[in-house]
Formats: sequence, C-alpha cells, structure tokens
Amino acid sequence: MNTPAPPEPDHDSGPFWVALDEERIVLQRCAGCDRLRFPPIGRCPWCREPRSTWTPVDGRGRVYSWTVVHHAFEPAFADDVPYVVATVDLDDGPRIALRCAGVPDFGTRVSPAFVRHDGWTELRVVPDA
Amino acid sequence: MREVAVAGVGYTPFTRASGRPVLDLACDAALAACTDAGLDPALVDGVGTHSVGQDSEPAQAVATALASPGLRWVVDLAMAGQAPCHLVGLAADAIATGRAEAVLVFRALNGRSGAKVGSARFPGRGGPYRYPIGYGAYPMYIATWANRHLHETGQTTDDLGAVAVAHRRYAVLNDRAVVRTPLDLAGHRASPWVAEPFRVADCTREVDGACALLVTTLERARDLRRPPAVVAAAAYRAGPRPGLDLGDHVLTDDYTRNFTDLVRDELFRRAGVTPADVDVAELYDCFSSVVLMSLEGLGLCDRGAAGELVRSGALPVNTHGGLLGEGYLHGMNTVAEAVLQVQGRGGVRQSARHDVVVATSGALMDGSALVLTRDR
Repeated sequence: MNTPAPPEPDHDSGPFWVALDEERIVLQRCAGCDRLRFPPIGRCPWCREPRSTWTPVDGRGRVYSWTVVHHAFEPAFADDVPYVVATVDLDDGPRIALRCAGVPDFGTRVSPAFVRHDGWTELRVVPDA
Repeated sequence: MREVAVAGVGYTPFTRASGRPVLDLACDAALAACTDAGLDPALVDGVGTHSVGQDSEPAQAVATALASPGLRWVVDLAMAGQAPCHLVGLAADAIATGRAEAVLVFRALNGRSGAKVGSARFPGRGGPYRYPIGYGAYPMYIATWANRHLHETGQTTDDLGAVAVAHRRYAVLNDRAVVRTPLDLAGHRASPWVAEPFRVADCTREVDGACALLVTTLERARDLRRPPAVVAAAAYRAGPRPGLDLGDHVLTDDYTRNFTDLVRDELFRRAGVTPADVDVAELYDCFSSVVLMSLEGLGLCDRGAAGELVRSGALPVNTHGGLLGEGYLHGMNTVAEAVLQVQGRGGVRQSARHDVVVATSGALMDGSALVLTRDR
C-alpha cells in the first residue's frame, strides 16, 4: 500500500485522530442541541453553540452514496485504483466520507475498520455480511 | 435604479498551453470585450474577477496593465465555478445604484499548463479528512452526488451520455471548443471511467485562456456596437451548512438537488419570467450530471425528466458545447455564450428563439444564476 500524506491534527481535529490511533471513534456532541457533528469545528452548525463534548460512537451506519474511483489523481493512490469512497450516514447521526471495502449499494449497512498507516490511522468501512 | 446590460464579450483562444502569463490573457480578453462592445477601455471604472487558490491575477493588476485612470468598484472573489453569474449580479447592482458605469468581469487562468483545479487541494477545514484517504479531487465529490441523483430519479448513465452527446454536437460547431470530435451514445459508453458514474466524456477539459464580459447601463449599451443583453435578474443561494470549504459536502443532506433548486423562485420572480419562458439554458457543466440536476432544479423539466429533455432537443442547452466541449473557463464562458445567444450572435449554434436565456454558475451546495433578456 502507498503512504498518502498524513493528516495534520490541530485544535479541532486532534481528538478525532488520536482516538483513531486507539481504534476508537469520537465526535463532538453539541451541548446545546445534542447533535453529533462532523467535521469537527468550534461551533454547532445547527445551533451555533460553542460548547461540545467528545463522544464515542460505534461507527456503524448506512451508505448514502458512493463513487468508484478509477483515475488516480495523486500518485500515492495509483496502486489502489479502483477503490470506493462512500458517504456513510452513521447511526449516531453525522455523514462522513470514508474508503469502503467493496462496492456497496444504496443503504448498505457498514461497520468500521481501522487501517494503520505510517504515523496515523485511517477509518474505513466494510459492508456487513 | 438604472437598468443594466452586458454589452460585449471577449475571449482569448482556449489552449492546452498558452505559454503566456495569466495577466496577459486577462488583459487580452478584457480588451476584446471592450472592442466587442465598442467602448473605450479608459471608461471602465470597475473590475471583478474570481480565482481558486493562486491561479489568477487580481482585478487591480488588470486595471494597472490596462492603464485604467481609476476604479470605483473592484471585487476579487475567492470562489470557483459559483462565481461568474454572481459577479455579473454584483456588477449589475453597482451599476444600477450609480456606483459604477462600466465594469469588466473576467476569468483568466492557465488551467491546463499550470495548476489544475480538478485535483487541487482547497484550503479549509474539511480537506484534512478527505485528502489523506484519497477522496481528494472535485470529480469524486460530484460523482457521489450524481450517483445518488441518478438512483433517486430513476435515470442512468445513458442520461449522462445524452448530455455529453448533445453538448458535443454543439462543440463540433464551435471553433472555440477544445473537444470537437463527434460523439455518439456508443462512444460515451466506451469512454473510460474516471470516477463512477463519470467517464472521461462526462468531464470538462481544463484549458488555458481567459474570458471577459463588459457590463454597463442599458442606456449606454443601446449606444454601443452590439444589441444589449439585459440583466433581468441575478441571484446567489446557499442552503444551510454549505460546508467548510469548496469540497466539503458532508453537512448537506440531499445530494439530489443543488443550489438551482434554491435559486429558482427568486431568480425567475425578479426577472418577471417563468421557467416556461426560457428559450435557451446555458448551465454550468463541469460534469454532465450537473446539467441534469440544474434543469430539474430550475424547473425547466420535471424531476427525473432532464435526460429525456436533453434527448428531445426541445430546449437548446449549452449551445457552446458546454464546459465539457468548449473548455473549463470556470463558467465565465457559459455566461458569455448566454450573452451571445441573447444578442443573436450564436452563428450556426444560434437558437431561433432567444428572448429569455438563463445561465448558472455552480454545481453543488451553492451557486448563482442569471436571466438575460433581449432589449425591448
């Protein structure tokens, strides 16, 4: 496998990436409206509340849509094509775009998988059997 | 409030490698628009443009290189394909209220030989979650929307093919177009995948070049060389949570409706027309699916009937061959073609009816649109 450029954790994203290294998924839960959100940012995009709590989620969900990428737009992914990126609606709420093992269908149930790279861990999904 | 019109358009050639600085391209297109309109460039008192990252030159540079005696209005938008109709709208507002008299709006870039936007990394807070996993190019995002849109509306990749084929038919007739080899549905089906459901034939071609429009009062435009293309209405819309950057779309719920769905009612109401009045549609088409979604969003056909409309040929759509065929000037050329059609200057591509032309700028969460009408 190629080694893509690693993420650069910052104030907003640090807890997300640190948790993935421990094979856990955490998202911000809004203290105002109780929604979970992704990507991590400093205010809730539904109610503008700044306070939130990092909350574990199980990473299970359903595929809303996906694309099968055939053209490697970056050399780091040349050995990976074709590969699937799915937009997954997590059971806990947020939508998140993740690499998916295999071509899903609309509504396909998926579970999380943690893929180790040099220095960081990627969250992917695998269709349920 | 004064009425406003587009009085002229200007282009450089669209090429794979211009071999020239972007500023020179911008100035050539801007002067060509002035010449087209028959307006002394020294009378231009406003310049507006847009860019993605560092791919262009600021308005002030063009004002400098064109020896402008001074500006009363300037706009540099850090926006991509959502910008052209919005820029014309902003210019029209300034002219209508007397804050400018003659405004050049341009897009210029070495989009093929220089940095390619299709695989560019956009600054912002959504990218760090996309780029490391290989979800890093614009075609992928729109493909994800297209996949869901086709699914929910019961359309197929052959409907994307209908767009590609219809656009190519116009491109073959357009000297400016960079993709002019004939294409039929079989050719579309045989085109290699890029990011499903998109094949190469569903994607725009990045080019080097520039395109400019000259916007002024309707009163002045009537005294110039070309028939005025009256700016009947312009509008920009984004829904809730338009995202943290150009490619951040995971906060949007519905991938089957783009900004055209939001902009439609305001646009047509302010223009004093209805979708049924539209004679020509020049719709932003970085990828074929955007045409389907925008035809439906603007109410030019029923939801799910866009492919059928394109196949029928009942409505002229993207008479320049679209960005798919003419090349990716980020949709400034889409607006320029709308102007040419309203003016009746489309040559062999001219629509017989051209009283009302709608143009759009943008593909997904947000964008802008314009209604141009014939004078009187």
